[in-house]
Amino acid sequence: MGEMETLDRQTAASLTAHSRAKRSAPWYRHKTVRTLVYHGFVIATTLAMIYPILWLFGSSLKGPNEIWTNQAAIIPNEIRFDNYVNGWRGFGGISFSVFYKNSFIYAGLGTLFTVSASAVVAYGFARVKFVGRRFWFGVMLLTLMLPVQVQIIPQYIMFSELGWLNTFYPLLLPRLGGQAFFIFMIVQFIRGIPNELDEAALIDGCGKAGIFFRIILPQLKPALVTAAIFSFYWTWEDFLTPLLYLNSPKLYTVSLALRTFSDRSGQTDWGAIFAMSSLSLVPVFVIFVLFQRYLVEGIATTGIKG
Amino acid sequence: MSDLVLRLPTRQAGGREQRSSWGQNNLVGYLFISPWLITFFLFALIPIVLSFALSFTDYHILRGWNYIGLDNFHRMFFEDRRYWNAVRATVKYVVFAVPLRLVFALAVAMLLNTKRRGVSIYRAAYYAPSVVGGSIAVAVMWREIFARDGLVNFILGKLGQPSVWWLGHPDYAIWTLILLAAWQFGSPMLIFLAGLKQVPEQLYESASIDGANGIQKFVKITLPLLTPVIFFNLVMQLIAGFMTFTQAFIVTGGRPLDTTLFYALYIYRRGFETYEMGYASAMAWVMLVVVAILTAFVFWTSSRWVYYEAQDG
Repeated sequence: MGEMETLDRQTAASLTAHSRAKRSAPWYRHKTVRTLVYHGFVIATTLAMIYPILWLFGSSLKGPNEIWTNQAAIIPNEIRFDNYVNGWRGFGGISFSVFYKNSFIYAGLGTLFTVSASAVVAYGFARVKFVGRRFWFGVMLLTLMLPVQVQIIPQYIMFSELGWLNTFYPLLLPRLGGQAFFIFMIVQFIRGIPNELDEAALIDGCGKAGIFFRIILPQLKPALVTAAIFSFYWTWEDFLTPLLYLNSPKLYTVSLALRTFSDRSGQTDWGAIFAMSSLSLVPVFVIFVLFQRYLVEGIATTGIKG
Repeated sequence: MSDLVLRLPTRQAGGREQRSSWGQNNLVGYLFISPWLITFFLFALIPIVLSFALSFTDYHILRGWNYIGLDNFHRMFFEDRRYWNAVRATVKYVVFAVPLRLVFALAVAMLLNTKRRGVSIYRAAYYAPSVVGGSIAVAVMWREIFARDGLVNFILGKLGQPSVWWLGHPDYAIWTLILLAAWQFGSPMLIFLAGLKQVPEQLYESASIDGANGIQKFVKITLPLLTPVIFFNLVMQLIAGFMTFTQAFIVTGGRPLDTTLFYALYIYRRGFETYEMGYASAMAWVMLVVVAILTAFVFWTSSRWVYYEAQDG
């Protein structure tokens, strides 16, 4: 890195010297000036982009007066954690520890189901030549464009007939079949794995299931990690499904609780709302920082929306 | 040599497999996709058919149902003013939010398509709002930012400007949601960035030699080569735009005067607040048809403006 940098500087210096010697280009054409302008512009716009998020985190640490008097600041004059203590108490005698437990159950199990089922289904589509394969794959891609609104009403009626309202079944059961986005992504990935290993395993007497578990699955790791990250995000942030099916506050997920919390406390305790909102974003940002590379590649290669 | 020895039996094995285990392959294949197939039938196909049937009834979760023919559609198109408010709000939102988002995405992608240092950090920073964009936390934050005593009015006050009731004004409320959407251009940006990386460097170099300036290079090289990516982003963002729910539900609740009553939100209100599920199903089906037609239209026109490199064909 260091060497590269000095080399870069040298070439840059010699280039500028060279151009100066030839016929001096205008100052704004010089490489260092352009680099400075570039970084200045980009840093200014990125700061503007993330200002609201930083503001949210900063405000969650402000005291009850400062939140009004020093509203626009990111860094509080005095850092206080009262908001987190107050917010964590939740509402109706139910603290946020319950909501976090529910959210982790939903996002954890939901992700586990979605990703493992998607991998199995994807293997079927990618490596087994069965009649109707193209047809069902096409149908699966079509479901990507399906508005959920045409499904939720009959689904709701079905689940209510089964007596499953106010349980986690309606949230988790549909995930046992995987999700079209991830199936598609993993199919693309498996297609990139060379066939030779499959064939070798076939000679050794491996069945299709054996090939999947012994040959394909170990190589799927990057695709599965990407799928798991997105699945976790979408489930963690999911609002509509919990809103439809979970009525009693004891079962609320964090998103559902945040909405009720912010409605109830209204204008009175912004600090606590900010604190709980910030806290709900922490798992998302931790994963984002740890797995950024997987995320970027996942979106770039499959066009998944974030 | 060893390669040859190894490969011969492989081919034989493959051949034998193709001939004898055709039926077995079908069984195994359907076994592998069965999780998806079962959930597809139970939670997608059957519900879609049922919601089509429901749209010809006055189904109410407590009162049961009667067959009412096309009454739901008649009510929707000719009697229900709020329905048209919802259509108007949704169209306005999609018409402004989707292009804004795509323009930002492309502009920033071009800005980041460079080998300068620190680009990956900038990319993460631009993407950060999108990673939390769908969350309730951000929607709640947005509501507080534009509240009467919120952040925007605080800053306006510091600048000596009068404060504005952003969320209560019929002209402004929807713009807070459009701004929220435009702020989250991260995903299309990353897809554009991947597309830009595919554009061969030599094209720009030879254009430079021919004396083309930046704008000419953008119009004549970048845009045409990027059309497949633009097309993909456009379709996905259009569909997502029509289905926007959470943001409107939290930030404005459809108010004021239904100016932010997005279609998906109105379906929810009818289906799950007044429990007119027959009527809500009819609205959902109209949405399905409109989204299908729009997508088909975008696909159909795409042959005129999408450039695919002459490849395998």
